[in-house]
Parts: sequence; structure tokens; C-alpha cells
Amino acid sequence: MSATTHAHDHSHDHDHGPPKGLMRWVTTTNHKDIGTLYLLFALVMLFVGGGMALVIRAELFEPGIQFVNPDFFNQMTTIHALIMVFGMIMPAFAGFANWMIPMMIGSPDMALPRLNNWSFWLLPFAGTMLLATIFMPGGGPAAGWTLYPPLSLQGGNSFPFTIFSIHLLGVSSIMASINIIVTIMNMRAPGMTLMKMPLFVWTWLITAYLLIGAMPVLAGGVTMLLTDQFFGTSFFLAAGGGDPVLFQHIFWFFGHPEVYIIILPAFGIISQIIPTFSRKPLFGYDSMVYATASIGFLSYIVWAHHMFTVGMPLAGEMFFMLSTMLIAIPTGVKIFNWLSTMWQGSLTFETPMLFAVGFLFMFSIGGFTGLMMAVAPVDFQYHDTYFIVAHFHYVLVPGALFAALGGAYYWLPKWTGHMYDETLGKWHFWLSTIFVNLLFFPQHFLGLAGMPRRIPDYATQFADWNMWSSIGGFGFGLSQLLFVWVVIKCARGGARATDKVWDQPNGLEWTVPSPAPYHTFERAPEVR
Amino acid sequence: MTLIRSLSLRLLAATAGLFALPAARADWAVNLPPGVTEISRQIYDLHMLVFWVCVVIAVLVFGAITYALVAFRRREGVKPATWNHSTAAEIIWTVIPVFILVALALPAARTLVFIEDTRGSELTVKITGYQWKWNYEYVDRDYSFYSNLARTSNVARQMDSGVDPFSVENYLLEVDRPLVIPAGVKIRYLITSSDVNHSWWVQAFGVKRDAIPGYINDGWFQVDEPGTYRGQCAELCGKDHGFMPIVVEVLPKDEFEAWLTAQKAGTQAATAAPATGTTGG
Repeated sequence: MSATTHAHDHSHDHDHGPPKGLMRWVTTTNHKDIGTLYLLFALVMLFVGGGMALVIRAELFEPGIQFVNPDFFNQMTTIHALIMVFGMIMPAFAGFANWMIPMMIGSPDMALPRLNNWSFWLLPFAGTMLLATIFMPGGGPAAGWTLYPPLSLQGGNSFPFTIFSIHLLGVSSIMASINIIVTIMNMRAPGMTLMKMPLFVWTWLITAYLLIGAMPVLAGGVTMLLTDQFFGTSFFLAAGGGDPVLFQHIFWFFGHPEVYIIILPAFGIISQIIPTFSRKPLFGYDSMVYATASIGFLSYIVWAHHMFTVGMPLAGEMFFMLSTMLIAIPTGVKIFNWLSTMWQGSLTFETPMLFAVGFLFMFSIGGFTGLMMAVAPVDFQYHDTYFIVAHFHYVLVPGALFAALGGAYYWLPKWTGHMYDETLGKWHFWLSTIFVNLLFFPQHFLGLAGMPRRIPDYATQFADWNMWSSIGGFGFGLSQLLFVWVVIKCARGGARATDKVWDQPNGLEWTVPSPAPYHTFERAPEVR
Repeated sequence: MTLIRSLSLRLLAATAGLFALPAARADWAVNLPPGVTEISRQIYDLHMLVFWVCVVIAVLVFGAITYALVAFRRREGVKPATWNHSTAAEIIWTVIPVFILVALALPAARTLVFIEDTRGSELTVKITGYQWKWNYEYVDRDYSFYSNLARTSNVARQMDSGVDPFSVENYLLEVDRPLVIPAGVKIRYLITSSDVNHSWWVQAFGVKRDAIPGYINDGWFQVDEPGTYRGQCAELCGKDHGFMPIVVEVLPKDEFEAWLTAQKAGTQAATAAPATGTTGG
């Protein structure tokens, strides 16, 4: 702690380095260090959660039970989802936020650096505890990441650990969000008005508000599960006068904003990448901001579209159908704006741009299936089938994850001071794109043909598409090893990156040297 | 290692099989089947409507993106434009989707109202979900029974059972006692659960409704064509969630009545038998 405080006391004509060794990372309050920690943690979790996905795809490769028993299969689907949502994609975007927001708004660091350290260091403990449940008697949580009671209350020893882990992950997210809001509101360089902020900063500002609104609701819901299990309450137990459906409402009141918590920062990254490689300013900046805000607002009033089959009253089904359909409008605005940004630009296709264009196409596919599922009567057929599995994996993998990968390629030269290997990057993109479609596109067919989700074994008519999907899964998983190799290679050396890195990038982060020095903008830049 | 080796062997064998005997293995279905009830047909029509609307939008948007990717590649001497907004364009692409959504919402709302209208039913069946089987009760007729996964499937689905699932008829989609209903009769179902959430889904009927303890949900369907229809539990309900299928046998009305009478007589005989004290256990 004292080391960093001292760093501020020194004049900034020499770069005061951080302490060496492990303690640098444990005690760091530097936004760049913490950003790196978040990103590395997310990368590790990508492979942990991905490994579980491969267990699932191996078991589903053929009909019949070959490798894991049904209970372990359910543990895999549950923990895979929890790890990927809370341990991989959210920390990945938090990593981008830590690294880039201060540099984009011309601030020396995050507003609350010690809180920042704590929000990161809760994650490894929460994640380890969640993973450790697999080795407990009775195994890990197996009721799905949605934790619906009464089934989740049948969990064994792992149950309280899962809840505690979710609490810790939630506390971490809330603290990170508070930090981000305070930073954006107070630490902007003079002249950096709200409507001049890079779109990535805007999307994170709205995301942070969504997190602060949604996370406590989840925390409350899982706490009620906990008291139902151990303290004799009956919030969700019908036998005690409680209501199992109440949990679903609470969960999805958190869960739907969570969807946008994951995708809004992705929108932000795409909105940074496309203008750079189109050599043209972002089209419709104002409408992008308003569209993001509308999506944020709508995300709070559509939650029960996850529950069309629970037997809601007709009026409820109508309301949630119509409000959900409205989301197509601001989302469409965003797609059109990105398209218009490219229109009459001067496009090149370096790896970040490839991922951004891949995002445009494949996220849209997820958007179309989303519109299909908004139509309540049709959702009666799609609900809880592989159709929805295909839908949300399209928005999460070639959507959110591709945006994160694109962002990583985009800023890696700024972080490391070296250019990454463009050839390997392009290979990574094309292999990922081919396999991710082989993995998830056939799942649309499976769902429409009638295959329910979360089953370890299936009727023989689903055999063919499952096999292709599994082949795609293993291909996609192995392709990500290429990314690890690119990152290691880039960190260790390579062509020197210029300060601007790209042809015509826009933003304050490109005015500092590459690699970005340990402390940037100790004196606030002038923003016109 | 054994897992990897076994997996790669399976991959090899199965991929070979995939190309050699596609017809023998499965049907490569890609779309929602229209089903056999008025509900499922209306849902199918809506599904196709939204699907084609999405396809048209996709062709236009993806076409425009692809055009931009090709036409606006960097070229020598061509300067990128600098414009960054167009109020007219932004209004157009905000307003047009509104009309498309209204056009989708109207028929969707009509179908929803149709699906939720349970009036005028002639027979009520109460469906109760258990871990991991279904119970069917003919409420006004005082008869009920349990429906379990068929033995053949249950044997084959065990790990290392040595039974090839492809050799089992209707693998995982067969039960010991199917639900039997009359054809051409509007049937109202009540659905609940005795333990955890389940969901009763017969795709051909367009019916999926959650079974939740403490709740009695209702709905209806009417099947005009006699036959056998299959479905599965659609809500994760524990380790054997994948193994509690639904089979519905639709009989002509008079055959159904005969069936029900015979079943009830059989049950009475069975319950009466122990009372006589002559049959030991």
C-alpha cells in the first residue's frame, strides 16, 4: 500500500515501478495491475468452464450414458454456467473496465483503488469454493445455475457453499460497479463531458447501474433459499405456505438485467473497434447512448419472459411478450449504427475487426432467435429446449466472448508494447468462427425437433446433430489454446507497437506510450 | 487417457457411421413439426411467420453488411467519409421495426388468448409430476395410475449396459402405461407436482406447462387424430430428469370408454383381491 502512495509523491519524470514478486499482485491498487489480474482470472476460468462444457459435449456425443452419471452431468451444466457467467465473462469485462476506463477518461487510476483490490481478490476465493463443491460428499450443485427450488433445496453439503460463493461474487461485482460509477462521475479529465466519453465508458456506466440494481436481488433470493434450507423459513416451500414461483420471479428480476450486464460492455468494445478499422467516426453516437440506456431500462421490465410456461395469467403473458419485443428496437438501432459506421469508410480487417464483424453477424442471429422466443405462444414450444440453449450461446459466445477476444487483440499492443502475431490471430478467428457455428447452429435444429435441455441422454432421432455439435465443441475449445499462445507470445516480445498502434484510433488511451506506463495521466489531459 | 482414447474411437466410428448410414440413424430434422392440434398448428404458423420475418430482415441487414465489407475496403486514393449521423435514417430504422413488431404481436396475442381459453372441456385429466414419473388421474371418473420409463429403455440407459440405444424401439420415449385419451374431445388438464418442478411437454400438441408444487396450473388440448404421441419432462427435476417421458395414446371415443371401464374393473378386482385374504404375497 505504502509503495503506491509513495509513487504518487514522486515527481512523474521517472516511472516508479511496482514492488516485485507475488506481493505486487496481492497488494496492488494499480488499475492496470488489477485489470490484468481480472483478465488472467477470466482466461483461466474460460478453460475451467470450457472443460466442463467438453464433459457435457462428450457425454452428448452419442445416445446412451458413456462417461458420467446423470447427477454429475447436472453438476457440470450447473457449474459450467455459474463459472462462465460469474467467473469468466463478467471478470473479463471488469478487466477491460479497469484497464481502459481510467485511460479513456484521462484519470490517473480508479477512484477507489483499495476497494478495487478487494473486489478482484474476492473472486479467486469465491471461484475456488464453487469448484471445490464438486469434491464434496454428494457433489456440487446440480439444480441448474438458476437454482430453482424445491430442486436446489435437495442439494447436499455443497448447497451453503454455493450460496456463499454467489454472495462473494455478488459483493465483488457490486464493489466493482460502485468503483466504476464513482470513477466515471468524478475522475474525468477537464473537458471530458458525459457526451464526449468513449462508448465503452458509457456502456460500462449503465452496466454498473444495472449491477447495483440486480445483484442485491439475487443476493436476497439466494439468502431466502439458505434460510429455507437451514432456518425453518418457507419462502419457497409450498408445504409451509411459500411459493416456489416467487423464486423464479426474484431470480429473473436479477437474471434479465444480468443478460445486459454481460452484453452492454461487449457493445461498448465493438463500438470502439469498428470506427478504428473503418477510419470513420462512430455513426450516431447520441442514439447509441440512448439505445444503451433504453436497453438498460427495458431489461428491468421483461424478466418473466423466462417463465412463460409457469402458468402466469393471460395479462402477464401479454405484458411480458410485448415489453420483450420492444428490446428489438434499440438493439436494431445499434446494429444499424455499426453498419453505417462502416458505410463509405476505409475498412481493413485486422484480427480485432474480424472479431467485431463476426460479432455483428452472429450476435444478430442470437437477436433473431430472441425475437422468436419473445412471442409467448411460440415460446411454449421453444422453452427449455436446445433452441434456447442455441440462442443464449449465440449471444454469449460469438456475441460477448468474441467482443472480449476482439477487445483483447485491440488493446494487447497498448498493454504489452508489442504487436501480437497477426497470422495466428486470424487463424484463431477463423477456427473459432467455424467451430462455434458447428457447435451451436445444429442446436437450433435439435431444439425445434424436440430435444429438451439439461438431459444427459437423448432419444436416437437427435443423434446426428448432437454429434456435429460435439465435434464443434471440441474444435472450438482447442482453438482457444491458440489465443493463449498469441497472448504469451505477445507478452514476451514481438514487433514494437507505436503509441497509436492502429492507423487512426480515437481516444486518450492512444496518446500514452505503448506499453502504457505504470501511471498514466498523473496530470489530467486537456480534452477539447 | 482412456477417456480420450475411447472418445476418439467413438468419434471415428460414429463419424464413419454418419456418412455410411445416414438414413438408418436419424432423420436430420431441422424444423418445428406442425403437430396435431389446433394449438400446435397455430403455434407452428406463428413460428413460421416470425421465422420468415427474421429471414427477410437478416437477408437485408447481412446483405448490407457484406456489401459494406466488400465495397468499402481500404483502397489507394479513396478517403473515408467523415459524416457521423443522419437523423432521417435513424428515425426510419427506429419506426419501421415498430410496425413489424405490431404486425407480429397481433396474431401472437390472438393465439395466446386461444390457448388460454379452457372453457367447454368434456374431460379433465389431472397430471402430477413426481421424481421421476408421472401420475394421471381422470378426475371425474375416479381412476388414476402412474406412468414410468419403459423397462427396455431403463436397462439400456444404464452406464455400460452394453445395449445399443439404436436397438431399443423409442429409446427413452416409451413408458409402461401411457396416458389414454379420447379423440375429438376437448380435454382440460390440471397440472401440479408432488416434489420439485417438472414440465409436461408434448410437442405434437403444442402443450408445455410447468408442474409446480403448491400450484395447480391448467390448460387444454384436443386431438382429433387417434395415434400415439410422445413427449418429455422439460424442466430440470434432478438426476433422472431425462428419463421421465410422456406417451399419450389417443383412441376413438368409444374405444376410450371401453378402455376406461376395463381398467376400472381391473383396479377394483385388484383392490378387492387382497381383501378376500386368499392371495398371499
